[in-house]
Amino acid sequence: MAIHEDVLVIGGGIAGTTAALAAAETGAQVRLVTHKKSTLRQASGLIDVLGYAPDVDGPVSDPFAAIESLPEGHPYQLLGETAIRGGLTVFDEAVGEAYEGSHTDTNALLTTSGGAIKPTSRYPTSTAAGLVSDDRAMLIVGFRSLTDFDGELVADHLAAAGVPFSVDGVEIEVPGSYRADSRVTRIANALDLNKDLDYEGRSLPAREAFAEVIKPHLGDADRVGLPAVLGDDHADAVRADLERHLGAAVFELPMGPPSYPGLRLEDILFDALDEAGVRLSDGNPAVGYEADGDAIDAVIVDQMNKEVPYSAEQVVLATGGLVGKGIDSDREGVREPVFDCHVPHPDDRYDWFVDDAFGEHPFAKFGVQIDEACKPLDADGVPEFSNLRAAGGVVGGVDRTAEKSKSGVSLATGYAAGTAAGEAI
Amino acid sequence: MTDTPHVLVIGGGSTGCGITRDLAMRGFEVTLVEKGNLTHGTTGRMHGLLHSGGRYAVSDQASATECIEENRVLRDIASHCVEMTGGLFVQRPEDDDEYFQKKLEGCRECGIPAEVLSAEEAREMEPYLATDIKRAIKVPDGAVDPFRLCVANAASAQEHGARIETHAEVIDVLVEDDQVVGIEVKHDSGPGKREHKTPGTTEKIYADYVVSATGAWAGQIGEMAGVDVEVRPSKGVMTIMNTRQVDTVVNRCKPKGDADIVVPHETTCILGTTDIEVEDPEDYPEEQWEVDHMIDTLSELVPMLKDARTIRSFWGVRPLYEPPGTGTDDPTDITRDFFLLDHEERDGLSGMTSIVGGKFTTYRMMAEKITDHVCEQFGIDAECRTADEPLPGSEDFSVLRDYMDEFGLRSPIGRRSVQRLGSRADEVLKTGEPNPVVCECEAVTRAEIQDAIEQSGSDLNAVRIRTRASMGNCQGAFCCQRMAHELYPKYDEETAYSAFDELFQERWKGERHALWGQQLSQAMLKYSLHSTTMNADHDAVRTGDAIDFTAFDGGTDAASKSGATGAAATDGGVSSPGTNGGDR
Repeated sequence: MAIHEDVLVIGGGIAGTTAALAAAETGAQVRLVTHKKSTLRQASGLIDVLGYAPDVDGPVSDPFAAIESLPEGHPYQLLGETAIRGGLTVFDEAVGEAYEGSHTDTNALLTTSGGAIKPTSRYPTSTAAGLVSDDRAMLIVGFRSLTDFDGELVADHLAAAGVPFSVDGVEIEVPGSYRADSRVTRIANALDLNKDLDYEGRSLPAREAFAEVIKPHLGDADRVGLPAVLGDDHADAVRADLERHLGAAVFELPMGPPSYPGLRLEDILFDALDEAGVRLSDGNPAVGYEADGDAIDAVIVDQMNKEVPYSAEQVVLATGGLVGKGIDSDREGVREPVFDCHVPHPDDRYDWFVDDAFGEHPFAKFGVQIDEACKPLDADGVPEFSNLRAAGGVVGGVDRTAEKSKSGVSLATGYAAGTAAGEAI
Repeated sequence: MTDTPHVLVIGGGSTGCGITRDLAMRGFEVTLVEKGNLTHGTTGRMHGLLHSGGRYAVSDQASATECIEENRVLRDIASHCVEMTGGLFVQRPEDDDEYFQKKLEGCRECGIPAEVLSAEEAREMEPYLATDIKRAIKVPDGAVDPFRLCVANAASAQEHGARIETHAEVIDVLVEDDQVVGIEVKHDSGPGKREHKTPGTTEKIYADYVVSATGAWAGQIGEMAGVDVEVRPSKGVMTIMNTRQVDTVVNRCKPKGDADIVVPHETTCILGTTDIEVEDPEDYPEEQWEVDHMIDTLSELVPMLKDARTIRSFWGVRPLYEPPGTGTDDPTDITRDFFLLDHEERDGLSGMTSIVGGKFTTYRMMAEKITDHVCEQFGIDAECRTADEPLPGSEDFSVLRDYMDEFGLRSPIGRRSVQRLGSRADEVLKTGEPNPVVCECEAVTRAEIQDAIEQSGSDLNAVRIRTRASMGNCQGAFCCQRMAHELYPKYDEETAYSAFDELFQERWKGERHALWGQQLSQAMLKYSLHSTTMNADHDAVRTGDAIDFTAFDGGTDAASKSGATGAAATDGGVSSPGTNGGDR
């Protein structure tokens, strides 16, 4: 018997999970198909709605107030504040106490692993004590064996930004013995399992041993920031134990891959899908479709070189952008590989980028164009299919990286696409 | 003037560094000035081929003979810079039989070991060669790391007392009564190692003799001295692949042509090249068709290149020269030979010689000739030892060791570190400190980065050429920031960030030419990591924006106590024992 759903969502990132949850909310039967691990492994875990806007100098404090300054055709302009709020509500319900920020529309400022201050809308509880608009004295701790992050340098850089609190930094030798070139996962595991480590001739549980190393540097600090490797499955317990031993608040600074806050978010979202009764097929890519006129009948999934049709009434495309391979390219052009939706791009490959590494890169805007119903449009501005909607990174037209609106656009489009797909049943 | 003549060498490429080493070893007092980093000009922008001489075996047998001689010398004195990959001249069905025969005979006439391989034998060596190739000639081509070689020459020169000044641009050649008496340079920082924020100065450096080893820039230096040196710079593109599709240098066995060589280099392959005359060695177009041409044409030899991933492309400028009046139209016909222009004989300006033309493989021989010439000027009779004395890193290092145990590094990282460092491995790697990996693609550890910083100051591009950090597949996506961290606390926060920005922009320069397919995905990840995760593009410290911290979320408690945009939280919303409010 062929697989048949009301709504089929392709992609397991923030947009895909939001779309699936929103569709399930309408009462539709939903299946989510994912290929590999989502790009959340590479994401900081912060949920940015809008950090910078054309008419605002410096970081945006109220993203909702800044929406009207965004260019025409921006997903926020197309879908409106309702979709953003809807997406945030789905997110807030899914993550519960694991995140903060839902108490206000105002952006929070957090410190990145690169030392820069960044505006964001929702932040993992593990990062909450690191808010920059909080005037408690801060100590930032780096591990000498961790090259991605330098606690003293970050502290100096924060001080240079004129933050409203005193900040010190220190680089510590992590307790325990590791290979000279061991990876950060070793530290996360040691803290997660809380196994005994050698510390100055004594044997101490890992969390206590870490706290002992940090303690002499604490000074007047009321809060201690560490790279976001404080445990994996037991992150809350790791943090609570460190806080208890140190007598100070402890927070994480999100880093690049492997990003524990990103991985933890992925787990939370998939638990939420499970709870909402969304069916899940993972490990196989969607490679094509079957259509009847302008309606998609089925999405073809490649299961170990066997092409299996997943038929559905409504389909949401949430396969990601260039990083997630929802958008692909070669020397000749840029395309959306599953449905071959139109992806606007300059003909000349040398017009895809600009010379400044942080300039306004056209490639950062590559993706399908959508209408107010989230439907991808062909070159003439007509929906590609009557029952296909797009959400998240696969949607183009705007540089979400520069705007710091990546997760927000995923939530808004995921919510709008998922809700519309569910309501169309 | 002291008793020891002081010679000033302009140009920190292979030739200039080679000359500096030779002069220093023969007892001269030597100063080398280079406007950028070592290898900044042409040396750092070549395909890394250690010629067997096979390429010139038909057209220019004198050069071919020099190449095979120097090929043998470099294997000996620079073993840690050379990988003897071997080379193939591959004939396709449409390529001329007569030329193939000429190539074979030419190699033999020049003393280049050459062996004919059938198509099957060639494909056994290199399985990804096209199935329809006809046959091949096997020669002892190799791969050489021009950065490491140049730095080793400079280090050896320093050991022999030479002064090396990088980031010192010549702004004037000092001439008195038809004699060159020195130069004036503008130090970007310093003098000394380049360190950010150290203010630059100008300095007049007087010398008894000046050697211009500035290649494609020789005309510009000549002009400052009031003499005409008509170099004919010719650009060529090189496209770097993400992996080694071949482990042997693969040449097309054709008379001449663009896009006819693939050189395996470290973890990559380099495709080359084009040959187009340009006006200005620093300002010429870098064009898409050149990159496409490399991929399309070389996939006739190695079909898998067609869809393989490239990580960047770069262009170099050959310092071609021909004596006035030769009038060759096509730059590919201009001789690859080198010329020693004694400006006293040629222009009536004493005290200066320019060296132009030539090839990387024969840099040492060119340096020897020029040093002989300088010796003659001073009536000094000193023997050249550069062909016999190994370069630093290549001394006495032949024992296979258990790197993993010895340096506490996982096997491939230890092996690659030791390959790069050669006999310096002990000195550099045994620090007794944690030695995490900084650049994963190229397996570069902190110890090696620190060693490079010690040598070159706060310039991360100088660290890059010494270590290969940020030169691999991810093009610095993960390690540019880590490399900047390594500068701190030796250099301050502001310097670490400036050095990061410089390196990041430099990496982008070449990566732009590889933006499609997987490398475009990689570039987007790099952009996202730095802009979304780290917010480097809107970093308030770097943009100079003042932030009103009170206008942002102060935590959950702040919301209830003083409104959404109120003052800062008192406990940040985290219940934690021992936290007693915002007083400090």
